[in-house]
Amino acid sequence: MSYKAKFRVWRGEGGEGRLEDFTVEVNEGEVVLDIIHRLQATQAPDLAVRWNCKAGKCGSCSMEINGKPRLGCMTRMSTFTEDETITVTPMRTFPVIKDLVTDVSFNYQKAREIPSFTPPADVKPGEYRMQQIDVERSQEFRKCIECFMCNNVCHVIRDHEENKPGFAGPRFLMRIAELDMHPYDVVDRKDAAQEEHGLGYCNITKCCTEVCPEHIKITDNALIPMKERVVDRKYDPLVWLGNKIFKRSGSKS
Amino acid sequence: MTQTAADSPARRQRAQIKERTLRTDQWWRYPLVTFIIFTAFLVYATWAIFDMDYFVSPYHAPFASPCLATSCPEEARLFGLAPFGDWYTWPPGILILGLPAGFRFTCYYYRKAYYRGFWLSPPACAVGEPHRTYTGESRFPLILQNVHRYFFYAAIVIGLILAYDAVLALVHKPAGLGTWILIANAILINLYTLSCHSCRHITAGRLTHFSRHPVRYKAWTVVSKLNAKHQELALVSMFSVMGADLYVRLVAKGIVSFPFA
Ligand code: SF4
Ligand code: SF4
Ligand code: FES
Ligand code: FES
Repeated sequence: MSYKAKFRVWRGEGGEGRLEDFTVEVNEGEVVLDIIHRLQATQAPDLAVRWNCKAGKCGSCSMEINGKPRLGCMTRMSTFTEDETITVTPMRTFPVIKDLVTDVSFNYQKAREIPSFTPPADVKPGEYRMQQIDVERSQEFRKCIECFMCNNVCHVIRDHEENKPGFAGPRFLMRIAELDMHPYDVVDRKDAAQEEHGLGYCNITKCCTEVCPEHIKITDNALIPMKERVVDRKYDPLVWLGNKIFKRSGSKS
Repeated sequence: MTQTAADSPARRQRAQIKERTLRTDQWWRYPLVTFIIFTAFLVYATWAIFDMDYFVSPYHAPFASPCLATSCPEEARLFGLAPFGDWYTWPPGILILGLPAGFRFTCYYYRKAYYRGFWLSPPACAVGEPHRTYTGESRFPLILQNVHRYFFYAAIVIGLILAYDAVLALVHKPAGLGTWILIANAILINLYTLSCHSCRHITAGRLTHFSRHPVRYKAWTVVSKLNAKHQELALVSMFSVMGADLYVRLVAKGIVSFPFA
């Protein structure tokens, strides 16, 4: 059950490069990453690709397959027809190191810019008492494997390099939402979400959700709820008034 | 600006690929279909606002309900009241249409759909958008989308009025086809309203301790289930309101007339 498939793989260093054509053997049950490895083993020994687990859990093998951000190790060859040419390129939003390997440090930079989990000063580790229903919501976001395909596909930075300094990307706006929903986190994250991390740039067009290999409902469960929290804080006079009258802190109820 | 889009040094470090997208599927279908459906809806709504055949006892066309002026037939007035008095002689729909229109215009689902289908920002995932710069909803005018929850409050009222109209029709003409069309429409409109993201936030989404508010948490769970179907409800209720409105007008014009119309 093997056949010869036509592949076009982007090769180059820095930004310079081109799509190279290959004809390569495909066997039953294989995934795109297997084919890339076969190219390495047979025709292109210096082809660079980042991978690790081959099980969809390490988030290393993010690439674009026929124009769509996908995990190479989770994209089955059986989803393509035998006469189809399969185009494989690196993620387009990040600088290329070589071939399919991109420099994703943008994402680590953004991760560092978000203040970490901050429990109340008088609660010591080991004293946290949380009910399952209070943490359930943010547990969905913990499924993230940091493949950064959501940040890669987001048009805010994919199409506009100049927005990178002011926009954390869906991955890290989701991190802010996770912490803001956390019952033991005391940092107020609403103003910063809007003003420093660029939540307002997101126009909820849901591409992050479409590409997430963990099927996290990033837009519905993290970004939109976070936008609503920001409205409470910044744009809703009634909530503001209610907080004044009832002397609620407004942030954690 | 030193770092502008296509030619900044940082941008040049990315894989230089000229094609706007390498997608091979029919990614243009979603924006195209959205564009066609929404345009059709806008054309219909524009016509319906100015069409005066909005009432035929006991049916009230949803686009013109509630009717708040004396120019409405006595029976069509909400609770028999006409707070806008005689001076108002334009079609009654104009008075209230801003509320449901604003609700849908600022709805998170509709925003997604028209940003993609009309503004092409982006037309589809991993397809380059045509605009040179982008600030999204971070500043005027799109920052105004944040008023959505106020339209939600208004939509609750409108939803109740449509339900009331449907009940009136049921009381006066239980066997009428129009009655059941109005009932179906009222149910769909109210489900759409309840599935709103702002509604989800208001029930309990804004809390951090669900466990301290069991009733609100319960409500949130129900709204969350509906919310997962928000896009579907938005579309189905759009068709139902258009269909119900057209049906009432056709009956009012005598174009549809059979014993159980
Ligand atoms: S929903 Fe928002 S964050 Fe996600 S891809 Fe679209 S614009 Fe980016
Ligand atoms: S949220 Fe999903 S798409 Fe984004 S980095 Fe995590 S796993 Fe990848
Ligand atoms: S190699 Fe680990 S996710 Fe693909
Ligand atoms: S009605 Fe769609 S989000 Fe509120």
